Amino acid sequence: MDAFTTHTGTAVPLQRSNVDTDQIIPAEYLKRITRTGFEDGLFASWRKDPDFVLNQPHHAGATILVAGPDFGTGSSREHAVWALQNYGFKVVISSRFADIFRGNSGKGGLLTAEVPQETVEKLWALIAADPATEVTVDLAAQQIRAGDLVADFAVDGYVRWRLMEGLDDIGITLQSGDAITAFEKQRPEFTPTTG
Amino acid sequence: MARTLAEKVWAAHVVRHAEGEPDLLYIDLHLVHEVTSPQAFDGLRVAGRGVRRPDLTLATEDHNVPTINIDQPIADPISRAQVDALRANCAEFKVPLYPLGSIEQGIVHVVGPQLGLTQPGMTVVCGDSHTSTHGAFGALAFGIGTSEVEHVLATQTLPLKPFKTMAITVDGELPPGVSAKDITLAIIAKIGTGGGQGYVLEYRGSAIRGLSMEGRMTLCNMSIEAGARAGMVAPDETTFEYVQGREHAPTGAAWDEAVTYWRTLPSDADAVFDAEVHLDATTLSPYVTWGTNPGQGLPLSGSVPSPANASDEVERTAIERALDYMGLVPGTLLREIPIDTVFIGSCTNGRIEDLRAVAEVLRGRQVANSVRMLIVPGSVRVKLQAEDEGLDTVFIDAGADWREAGCSMCLAMNPDKLAPGERSASTSNRNFEGRQGPGGRTHLVSPAVAAATAVVGTLAAPADLPALS
Ligand code: SF4
Repeated sequence: MDAFTTHTGTAVPLQRSNVDTDQIIPAEYLKRITRTGFEDGLFASWRKDPDFVLNQPHHAGATILVAGPDFGTGSSREHAVWALQNYGFKVVISSRFADIFRGNSGKGGLLTAEVPQETVEKLWALIAADPATEVTVDLAAQQIRAGDLVADFAVDGYVRWRLMEGLDDIGITLQSGDAITAFEKQRPEFTPTTG
Repeated sequence: MARTLAEKVWAAHVVRHAEGEPDLLYIDLHLVHEVTSPQAFDGLRVAGRGVRRPDLTLATEDHNVPTINIDQPIADPISRAQVDALRANCAEFKVPLYPLGSIEQGIVHVVGPQLGLTQPGMTVVCGDSHTSTHGAFGALAFGIGTSEVEHVLATQTLPLKPFKTMAITVDGELPPGVSAKDITLAIIAKIGTGGGQGYVLEYRGSAIRGLSMEGRMTLCNMSIEAGARAGMVAPDETTFEYVQGREHAPTGAAWDEAVTYWRTLPSDADAVFDAEVHLDATTLSPYVTWGTNPGQGLPLSGSVPSPANASDEVERTAIERALDYMGLVPGTLLREIPIDTVFIGSCTNGRIEDLRAVAEVLRGRQVANSVRMLIVPGSVRVKLQAEDEGLDTVFIDAGADWREAGCSMCLAMNPDKLAPGERSASTSNRNFEGRQGPGGRTHLVSPAVAAATAVVGTLAAPADLPALS
């Protein structure tokens, strides 16, 4: 996984609340067995509407998504994270993320920056005034900077550390191999096996 | 110190604890299906890692599989590729698999409990948010993403931060015709789709104690729709009775030892929850959703809400959007909404008890001409049991379509879909836009309400039906 320290790019305002993962990527796009190529399914049904914000030429190449509250609710599909990443997003900003989505994002290297709804609205206003506004998301300082806006964001401390180090979770856990083996030795005999 | 059920199960599974880091939690049972696993197995191969405990892992095929002609190759090439990938991965990594055609095949959350693999006090995970279902046994069970699937395959553990706990107490006797599905829709309507966020919900109170295991599974299943990571019910005699004698349940002295342990699991009397919610069971009635998230539900006696009555701007636009998508007009009585398709099934309500509830309503009655009714058992075992009890004859005589086991129209990854604009009453768990097919409109209901709706052609409860002569 690439280390993430700071990112600067343009942003897309997604002025909707409760964007569930079925909207981020509908089930019919989940059938691929690789981790790439999911960008075609991103917001697929909304993208059929020419007026949808992602279809606006002035938002082409944006790497930051600024969404309404309760982003990523519903299905645990990690494809939602891959779809956002495959499309080119590095950061999602919202005032509230669904737990599983946030967890999946941290693992996949997509930063979920949590800010008060007020900050989201200020960002929306800045982008509306000038879609080319550069937004900097500084993970080291936990700060978002855009135009004259400087705002702190919240992110889980452990996820932040892992993202900044570019560390793979499984590698970290395998360092505890002895502890896992010791734990297995004292599991009750009556716990079932599947074989 | 007094502890809750969730805290006890958590504490019993901590492999490693370090200040400022997530706990490393041992996973007792890892369920796998074709949609969220291929990339995880791929990751193992790339890193040269194996599956640590194939004997604590079980795979089945459910999300994609067709519900007709299952003896023929899957027609959709992409679905077939996913199923084939699962079969190849399970063979390569020695993971037990119940494929299409096996007597143990079915929806992953129906299969686990039915085999006796889900037991009190366990940690259960699956790359599927409705893993919360297994919490009905007093297990800590939650959905994970594909990276976590890979993590569990490789290490049989997960690094996790402790969850907060919420007690949802439902006291009193349920009125006739009110089921676990109605309780859960009422809870979600009350606390909202984000109300449980960050929490493990523990369902308590006399109404919960009175539920069967099937009912408790329905309830825990939908915890995720309130935003919670998991839902749990403390194990009791009902639980033990359900588990005992199943294929993977302990026997003899091991059974006694297990039950002794399981009896220590319920929350201590003075345990403190981070949040509490109370519901009076006697005030409940059949619930239906009118909108595009499971929190947008009302008693069936109600009418479609108006955006004008919203408490704030966010809610107002949410209602407007939902009504627009659902093609509904404020003020319309819910009972007057015509339904095109009735879907019975899913890990929420695809168990034998649900099918019995449907048969009870359909027996001697006919599905309305304007309605197509699809009945999809949650597993092959459920199907066989239903056929054993003659329920299939009741369904077929009523004009319903009796299918093979799978997720089917719960998420429309197989050919069972709503057409754009088509409206369903569905016993599944999600009424999101397009969930049951692009442009499809979903009303979530209980099995009894779904069956009555099929007969009437508009949303209805069994009590609305004329008595049979
Ligand atoms: S029945 Fe529906 S909710 Fe349950 S596992 Fe299948 S797709 Fe998921």
